[in-house]
Amino acid sequence: MLELNRVTKIYRIGAFGGKELRAVNDVSFDVKDGEVMSLIGESGSGKSTIGKMILRLVSINSGRIIFNGVDISTLKGAALKEYYRNVQGVFQDPFSSYNPIFKADRIFRIIKEEFYPQMSNGEWKDRLEGSLKLVGLNPEDVLNKFPHQLSGGQLQRFLIARALLLDTKFLVADEIISMLDASTRIDVLNLLAELKTSGLSILFITHDLSLGYYISERAVILYRGCVAEMGATEKIYASPLHPYTKMLMASVPRLDKKWQKFEGQVEVGAKDGAAIQGCVYYSRCPVAEKICAQKPPALVEVEKDHSVACIHYQARDSD
Amino acid sequence: MSLRVNNLTVYYRTLKGDVRALEDATFSVGDGEIMGLAGESGCGKSTLSNSIVLLKPPMKYIKGSVSLDGEELPIQDMERMNSYRFKKVSVIPQYAMNALNPTRKIGKIIEELLASKQEYFGAIQPELMRRMELVKLSSDVLKMYPIELSGGMKQRVVMVLSTLLDPSLLIADEITSALDVASQKAVAEMLVEFRNQKFVRSIIVITHDLSILAQIADSILIMYAGQVAEKASTPVIIRQPRHPYTHMLISSLPEVGVRYTEKRLKGIPGKPPLLLNPPSGCRFRERCPFAFEKCLEVPPLTEVDHGHYVACWKELAAHA
Repeated sequence: MLELNRVTKIYRIGAFGGKELRAVNDVSFDVKDGEVMSLIGESGSGKSTIGKMILRLVSINSGRIIFNGVDISTLKGAALKEYYRNVQGVFQDPFSSYNPIFKADRIFRIIKEEFYPQMSNGEWKDRLEGSLKLVGLNPEDVLNKFPHQLSGGQLQRFLIARALLLDTKFLVADEIISMLDASTRIDVLNLLAELKTSGLSILFITHDLSLGYYISERAVILYRGCVAEMGATEKIYASPLHPYTKMLMASVPRLDKKWQKFEGQVEVGAKDGAAIQGCVYYSRCPVAEKICAQKPPALVEVEKDHSVACIHYQARDSD
Repeated sequence: MSLRVNNLTVYYRTLKGDVRALEDATFSVGDGEIMGLAGESGCGKSTLSNSIVLLKPPMKYIKGSVSLDGEELPIQDMERMNSYRFKKVSVIPQYAMNALNPTRKIGKIIEELLASKQEYFGAIQPELMRRMELVKLSSDVLKMYPIELSGGMKQRVVMVLSTLLDPSLLIADEITSALDVASQKAVAEMLVEFRNQKFVRSIIVITHDLSILAQIADSILIMYAGQVAEKASTPVIIRQPRHPYTHMLISSLPEVGVRYTEKRLKGIPGKPPLLLNPPSGCRFRERCPFAFEKCLEVPPLTEVDHGHYVACWKELAAHA
């Protein structure tokens, strides 16, 4: 359905844009129909940038994003509008997604005016109420209210309902539950899982590994804009291969197990955007070798649907 | 007994009336104990921590007392509390790491803060360096501006800073929630290390993330709608919770190894009551699957087992 092909995004930073920051570096993956793909990484790993590039909110420096066979960077005018009919995003902070001086349901009216100008009001009302019920809201309780009168969970569901009003096929869900309470969190997750069974593909961007495991079939682990490991969720979680993934798995707080001691978990120096020659994880990696600093490792498939970018899994016998 | 809170009740004064944010909180934190404080947003976690350190309008003190190491804290008196703040009780407020002055270097921030408490930076500097090293920050950090540090590093700076004068009690409000898992773990483990090194005697960790508490806390206090629902040692809260709210909260947590296809987790239906006019009796009543007539009365917090306190009529009936 959606395919990223060697996508790179470089931000220009510094006082005069003289420095470069490679936010996303040569990332390729694809999301199939009705599939939930988790994009997991820490802050600054480029996961949100990827989401924004798919939504065409930021431009791409090189590479292509292909949606159903069409390169999305070529879309203009009516074709682009058609694209947004299919691809929608929901973001982390529900409070800042609304204009506080308008009522919250204005977001629905805009959708109607833009995408369904011919639809009669009655038909629209049915559609809207259906969509709200689908996300577990009671239309009477939530319509005609200002954003501050609704809770974070309600606002977040509003945004999902808004995305579903269109014939959405692909949803970019960027940290959509990190702002919600534990008791409502799981309801939104279950909602996404249900929508998936009706054919929606979801790119689930998160830093919480347990949430990623709960909902997704496949996962991509990002570190500093590079894919560290990707493949079937079970395989990554059961046998993490990349040292970064191993460290992440060891850091997940669990109810049933205490943390183990693990090396290389915190960054020691200042962050810098300088281009890195070799492996991006080199400075934190406990098993780094000399060669890691010189040449970035390629992503290789070690078993079916499980790839890793680490020198220790490269086919050394071939060279 | 390090900290002892008795029947602490604090309301917020608003135009529409009093918001009863904290009602009859009674608990104690022992010497060397790390107590976790968990609950949904708006349950009074932060109100509790603020009333111990900085009780200012619109917060209104109603009743109750707080004593630390046998000495009663003058919590209603903003001025007199000044001599306790930072020295005896220290707090890391939520988003503290974003409150570092962006126009000052880290070293300068620390120096100014110490000066405000009549402490001399030079005398404390060797200890500061030692602690910076402990949290794996290089001394260069003192010469940097906050913008040059990552979130995890800023959080570690704030931790060192707020414990510099060896307070008896440290209150850490949501210090791990904005961090990614790796930094979360590092920060949480450093809290434990600070306690072990006796930089602080006891710690209250406020968070909505129970799995973090399962890692580091000795005991957990669960709050619901401004009231204490349950308090017990960590393994008891996680394995054998007695209050229905605690039980539902824990079973709604997704964990690594749980898939929605195999095990569908359930949330807690409904939402917490508004505290402007809270319902009488047990405030969890409307969402509780076990509620019965008795729940129209306020359940008292009762010790049902050694060190295990629950405020629920159902448990009290089973216990009696």
